[in-house]
Amino acid sequence: MNKHEFTVIGRPLPKIDAWAKVVGETRYADDLVMARMAHGKLLRSTHPHALIKLIDTSRARALPGVYAVITGADLPRVKFGILPVSQDEEALCNERVRMVGDAVAAVAAQDEYGDGPNVHKNVALQFGDVEAAFARADLVREDVFFYEGNTHLPMEQHAAVAQWGADGKLTLWSSTQTPHYVHRLLAKILDVPPAHIRVIATPVGGGFGGKLDPFAHEIAACKLSQLTGRPVKITLTREEVFYVHRGRHPVLMWLKTGFTRDGEITGSHIKTWLDGGAYGSYGVASTFYTGVINPVTYKMPVYKFEGARVFTNKPPCGPKRGHGTPQPRFALEVQIDKAAEQLGLDPAEMRRRIVCEPFTKTANHLTVTTIGLGECIDKVVEASGWRDKWRGWQPPARRRGPKRRGVGVACSAYMTGAGTAIYWNSMPHSGVVLRADRSGGVSVLCGATDIGQGSDSILAYLPAEVLGLDPKDVHVHPADTTLTPVDLGSYSSRVTLMCGMAAIQAAERLRAVMSRAVARKLEVAAERLVFRDRKVGVPDDWEKAVPFSQAVELAEAMHGVLAFPGSYAPPKRAGKYKGGGVGPSPCYSYSACVVELTVDEETGEVELHDVWIGHDIGRALNPLLVEGQVEGSVYMGIGEALMEAQVFRKGLHKHPSLLEYKSPTTLETPEIHTILIETDDPEGPFGAKEAGQGPLLPVLPAIANAVYNAVGVRVDEVPIVPEKILKGLELKRQGKTPRVGPERIPLFKFKEPLVVESAFGQPADAIAVRPFADQDTSR
Amino acid sequence: MKVRMALTVNGESRDVLAPVHKTLLEVLREDLGLTGTKHGCELGECGTCTVLVDGEPVLSCLALPIAIEGRQITTVEGMAEGGKLHPLQQAFAELGAAQCGYCTPGILLTAQALLDETPTPTRDEIKEALAGNLCRCTGYTKILDAVELASMRMGARK
Repeated sequence: MNKHEFTVIGRPLPKIDAWAKVVGETRYADDLVMARMAHGKLLRSTHPHALIKLIDTSRARALPGVYAVITGADLPRVKFGILPVSQDEEALCNERVRMVGDAVAAVAAQDEYGDGPNVHKNVALQFGDVEAAFARADLVREDVFFYEGNTHLPMEQHAAVAQWGADGKLTLWSSTQTPHYVHRLLAKILDVPPAHIRVIATPVGGGFGGKLDPFAHEIAACKLSQLTGRPVKITLTREEVFYVHRGRHPVLMWLKTGFTRDGEITGSHIKTWLDGGAYGSYGVASTFYTGVINPVTYKMPVYKFEGARVFTNKPPCGPKRGHGTPQPRFALEVQIDKAAEQLGLDPAEMRRRIVCEPFTKTANHLTVTTIGLGECIDKVVEASGWRDKWRGWQPPARRRGPKRRGVGVACSAYMTGAGTAIYWNSMPHSGVVLRADRSGGVSVLCGATDIGQGSDSILAYLPAEVLGLDPKDVHVHPADTTLTPVDLGSYSSRVTLMCGMAAIQAAERLRAVMSRAVARKLEVAAERLVFRDRKVGVPDDWEKAVPFSQAVELAEAMHGVLAFPGSYAPPKRAGKYKGGGVGPSPCYSYSACVVELTVDEETGEVELHDVWIGHDIGRALNPLLVEGQVEGSVYMGIGEALMEAQVFRKGLHKHPSLLEYKSPTTLETPEIHTILIETDDPEGPFGAKEAGQGPLLPVLPAIANAVYNAVGVRVDEVPIVPEKILKGLELKRQGKTPRVGPERIPLFKFKEPLVVESAFGQPADAIAVRPFADQDTSR
Repeated sequence: MKVRMALTVNGESRDVLAPVHKTLLEVLREDLGLTGTKHGCELGECGTCTVLVDGEPVLSCLALPIAIEGRQITTVEGMAEGGKLHPLQQAFAELGAAQCGYCTPGILLTAQALLDETPTPTRDEIKEALAGNLCRCTGYTKILDAVELASMRMGARK
C-alpha cells in the first residue's frame, strides 16, 4: 500500500478525545464522585529509615467522622513489586520504613537505624574482546559522567477511587499507565480472586513513567472501601507525588571507547552505578537499560557493560521517559564529541559515517531493522545551518560582552516496545476486540491506556483506514480489565506499534468476512473489493458499491455476530544468553539533534535559541501527534539538561513543590523544529515506529556539546546549572582543564562478566516470525 | 462554620453553603460539580486551576469565594457559547495542543484573558502570558501555535 493511497493515515487529524478535553468534560480519576463516597489519606513516614515498634490508631479511630483506620496488620502479609524479581514493597509498612514518604498509619515509636551498602542488582556482560579492540584503536578515551535524578512531574496528581461492592467484587478507577499489572498485583496483595477485581484506567493527566507501579494509595483505597462499605477516593498531594517518585535514576558512569583515526568505534566499555532508592520498582530493568541500548546507534563491533543498582533510603527510582537510556546516551554522545575534537573531525560528519547498517545485529545480539539516522543527521545539519554555525574546534573567538553563542549535535536510538513482558508468558502483549454494528459504526475494545500520547486515537485511525471509514465512525473503549483484552500498558513506547498491529489484524479479519458477503451479493470476486468512503465495492463499478452499514448486515446474516480479535506479540528475537531479554524490540527509532544556544560568561546562564530535531518515525500515522510527542520529548530533555533535579538532604526531598523543583515554562522553552523521516519499517503498523521517548535522548548531550562550543567548558554532568559553567570558566582562567564533573569512580566489584560472542554485523531477517500473525495477510 | 455565598459562575447565579475557608477550586469542583477546573499543586504554583474573575486570570486554589461574591467567574465549562466552541477550544483541538489535557482548561482561560486584552499578540507576548501555566506534555509549541491560530481567526471574523 503506497502512502498516497491512504485516507486516514498521514493526515493531521484531531485526536478523538480532543473535543472533550477542551471543554472540560474529560473525567480524570479525581473528577469521579460517587454517592456516600469517603476520602482517604495516608500517613507517611517522616524518617528515612526506622523500625516500627507500635502503631496506635485508637485516637484516630475515636475521632468523629472517621470510618476506618488501617495499618499493615489489616492487609495480608504479602510483599509486592512491579517486577517478579523485586517483590519488596508493602502498601503499609509493617516492621520497617525505608524512606521518608513510606506509607504507614501511625508510628508511636521508632529507632534510627543504619546498615551497609545494599546492592540490588549487579550485572556484567561482554561481547567480544574489548581490550583487543582498544589495542587496535588510534585513540582511546576514558571519561566519567554523572546524571542527576529527576522526576516525571505529571500535572495530574495520582488519584484512585475504589468501590468494594456488596457482591464482594472490587472496582478500582485509577490514574494508572498499566491497569493490567495493577489488576494482577491487587489480586495478590488483597488475596482476592482476580476474576472479582476490575481495574479501569481513567484518562491519565500525564504519566511519563510515573504511574507504572502499583501504589500504596490504590491498595489502601480498596481495603478502606471493603471495611467501610463505601466508595473511597485517595488523591495524592503534590508533595506525596514527589515522594512516590519512580523517576530517573541518578547514575554515575565510566565510559571507555576506542576510535580509529577516521572516527570509527573499535569497541566500547561502560560501567554504570545507579542510585535506586528504597525499593526495587523497575530497577532491574533500569540497570540493564543503562547498558544495552548504546550499541544500537553506531557500529560498535565489541562491547562490554557492567552495571550495579544500589538501595538507598530515598524514594524509589524507576522508569521515566527513556528508561535508563538517557544517562549512557549522554555519556556516549559527549565522549564522541571529545573524540571528534581530538581527531579533528566534524562531529556531525563523524556520526554520519559510523551509523549502524540496517537489518543487522548489534554486538549484544539486538536486531535492528530500518535506520533513518543518516537522513536525520543530514536534515538537521541542513536546517540548522550547521556548516556555517559550527566554527571548527578552534577556541571560541574573543568578543565583546559576556554572551557567547554555540551549537552542538548528538544522536540517539530508542526501542519501539519491549520484546518481553514484565512477567514471563507466551500470550499476546496487546489485544483488540473489534465489533461491527448494523449502524455502520465499529467498536474497538483494547486494554491500552491513553496518557495523552493519543493511543485511543490510533485505535480509531487504523481500523478506519483498513475499513474505509471515518475515524468518527469508530468508538474506542480502552483500559478496562473486565471489558477489554489485555494490553500490557503505556510504557517502553510499545502502544502504537503493538495495539496498532492488533487493531489492524482485527479489522482485516472483519474486512475478510464482509468481503465474502458483499462479493456474493455483487457476484464478484472478493479480492476485487475495496473499502473506502464508507462503502464496499469494485473500483471500476463503484455505482454498485454497497454502503458499509449494509455490508455489515449482509455479513452478519452470513456469519453471525461480527466480533473479531486481533493479537500481537513481538517477534521472538531475544539474545540467547542470560539477560538477553532486555533490549530486544520489534524496531528502533532514531533521532538527531542540533541545539543553538547562548552562554552568559558573567552569570553562567544558558539561553536556548533553537532546537532542530530529525526523528525516524518509520511512518507518521498522524504527523500532528508525532510532532507533539517529539516536541514534548525535547522539552523534557531541556528540563533535565538545564534545571531539573530530584535531590535529598538526610532523606528529605530538598524541594518537593512545583515552584522550587524547576521545570521549563514557555519562557525557557525554545523554538523546536521537528523534521520527520519515514523509513516504512516492516515491523510497524503501516510502517510506524515510536516517537514518545527517543527524541528526549539526544537533547541533553547536544546541549552539553553546544555549551562547550560556546565557552570551551566541558560540563560532564547534568543538570548544567549556571554555577557549574562558572566553575569551568574559573578553571579556564586559572589555566586548568576547564571540565566540571565527577572525578572518581567507586571501588566496586562487578560480577565476573558473562562472555558472549559478538553478533555484530550478522544479517537480520527482514520480517521475523510473529507469534499471532495471520499466515496470509492481504495488506 | 458554613456561610451562604452568592456566586456568579459562567453567567449563572449559584448559591453555595460552604465553610468560609473553602477555596474557589474546591467549591467549583465539589459544591458546583464543575470538575473541568483541575489542580496540580493547590499551592498557587502551577497555574492548572486558573479561572477568570471579571476576565482576569485567577488561581482558584488561592481564591476564597466569599471574597469574589458578585463578580463574574468563568470556568472552562463557560467558554463555549451554547454548542459553539470558543475559537481557542477549536484551535487547541485541531492542532493537538491538548495532549493529556490536564493543564488545558487553565491554559485556555489564561489565553482567553490575553486575547480579550490583546487580540493579536506576538509569540513572545503569548509566551509571557502563559509563563505561569506549566504543561509537561507539549513542550508548549502546539499551544503557542493554537493561540496564534485562534487569534487570527477571531481577527478575521470581526
